Amino acid sequence: MNRCCEVRLAGAGGQGMGLAGVILAEAAMREGRNVVHAQSYGPESRGGGSVSDVIISEDAIDYPRVRTPHVLLALTQQACDGHWRAIRPGGLLVADLGRVRDLPCGDFRCVVLPMVATARDVVKEVLTANMVALGVIIAVSPVVGRDALEQAVAAGSPRGTAAVNLAAIGAGIELARAGA
Amino acid sequence: MSAGDRAVPPEVSLLQGNQACARGAIAAGCRFFAGYPITPSSEIAEAMAALLPRMGGVFIQMEDEIASLAAVIGASLGGMKAMTATSGPGFSLMQEHVGFACHAEIPCVIVDVMRGGPSTGLPTSPSQADVMQARWGTHGDHPAVVLAPASSQEVFDLTVGAFNLAEQLRTPVILLYDEVIAHLRERVVMPPAGGLPVQQRRRPAGSVEAYRPYAAADGKIPPLAEFGTGYRFHVTGLAHDERGFPTQDPAVIGSMQRRVQGKAERHRRLLPPAERLLMDDAEIAVFAYGIAGRAAREAVRAARAQGIKAGFFRPRALWPFPDDEVCAVAAHVRAVVVAEMNLGQMIHEVARASRGQAEVVGCLRADGEPIAPEEILAAVETASRRGAGAGTSHG
Repeated sequence: MNRCCEVRLAGAGGQGMGLAGVILAEAAMREGRNVVHAQSYGPESRGGGSVSDVIISEDAIDYPRVRTPHVLLALTQQACDGHWRAIRPGGLLVADLGRVRDLPCGDFRCVVLPMVATARDVVKEVLTANMVALGVIIAVSPVVGRDALEQAVAAGSPRGTAAVNLAAIGAGIELARAGA
Repeated sequence: MSAGDRAVPPEVSLLQGNQACARGAIAAGCRFFAGYPITPSSEIAEAMAALLPRMGGVFIQMEDEIASLAAVIGASLGGMKAMTATSGPGFSLMQEHVGFACHAEIPCVIVDVMRGGPSTGLPTSPSQADVMQARWGTHGDHPAVVLAPASSQEVFDLTVGAFNLAEQLRTPVILLYDEVIAHLRERVVMPPAGGLPVQQRRRPAGSVEAYRPYAAADGKIPPLAEFGTGYRFHVTGLAHDERGFPTQDPAVIGSMQRRVQGKAERHRRLLPPAERLLMDDAEIAVFAYGIAGRAAREAVRAARAQGIKAGFFRPRALWPFPDDEVCAVAAHVRAVVVAEMNLGQMIHEVARASRGQAEVVGCLRADGEPIAPEEILAAVETASRRGAGAGTSHG
């Protein structure tokens, strides 16, 4: 895999993009890699689009902003429309089947799966769509390992939500395997 | 510790810059925080409110920033290590008390997380436009010690450093970083208690009658007694004598002004060192600090990949300004590119310190966005081409 991986998690305010980014970054840190995380901070974080950026690298990270993500998660059409053009050539778009109806074409791989529906219908908690998405991402690309991600979920989940979040990670991994 | 005891390992956490600041303050011995939350510094107050009561410390949310720094000054006179945190608008309000703390020689730490200004400006966006305010925001001649971290780890380290400098120099120390550094989450390694060098102010040891809170007869920083220990003395914003009482004696005032103004200058060896990269054979130097420094480091590496001999100089202490180091840099390069997120502030200091030895050019941005490596690289390329042309004409 590349020495550096830029991941952008994009969705709507309230879909937990911030927490998903923190947990992904925590997982990478637990693997002993260099990592930076940044998320939407302006008024858009109180509604509208929300973005969480993670850079994972074997080397020290100079400039901390994601510019051309290797991996873009889009949980809404607006998020997809707003960010797909930045995807690095040969990169990966993970989009929600159902929320993202108008898919872009480009020099990147598309994985389109019902992450929000899986959170609602399988995990029985629609708020875990962010964790289902992380499960999908690590199943289709080697961003971080499952062990580190599960440790980060256990450590970083808000009180009382670790179990359901871990179930959602598992559901995401299963969803990606079934859809492959 | 017995032979069987294992050394306590450092704690490693993923922290925002603002969280790292609070953790650094606690590690340095800060037990008092008074502040008025303001974007983008509020997480510092939030973290201190959670941490301090557990440590037996005090957190007070004040009515405004003027009162916040007043409370911090009072706490410090009471013997506590004390801090406040704010952003540009609040930093403006604090300036009166910054001068009081400098003049009355009261150690404290003031964090200014820079956002777009002037006035209310851009509350959620980064900027580096308070760097001159941090030097000259309060009126009158005064010392200024200003540190500028560029990562969560450095925020932790330099917050500890700021407390140490404040205690050693008996003066306010300002920690200056921007919204991006404030909210970036990165790995921070925090040594266990006892694993960090933590300085304490000199306290008087002699007789109560002989105590002179503003006398530096031995050339050292005068000792500071804490209230309630019997060493009674007068604290005022008026020009004062060695006992702290107001005076209009020109000889007393003149020597006091020079001693206090010169404290930072005379103790440069205590300041954190600048970061240098690829400077040995550099023909173009990039001077940048804080978040712009990280963009500049990437730009310099990219320039090297193109065969341009670029180097990187990032001061961790902005004030006192690193005159001698910048002068030495300018002596060995053709041009110095100054990258900063304002319309030109430190560039004037770089030009002054360069003494005409190198061309000084700006790469300036002031629109609420962090400066990007590509912008700095373009400035380096332009300076390189211009320099190459000049070399040809001379050859």
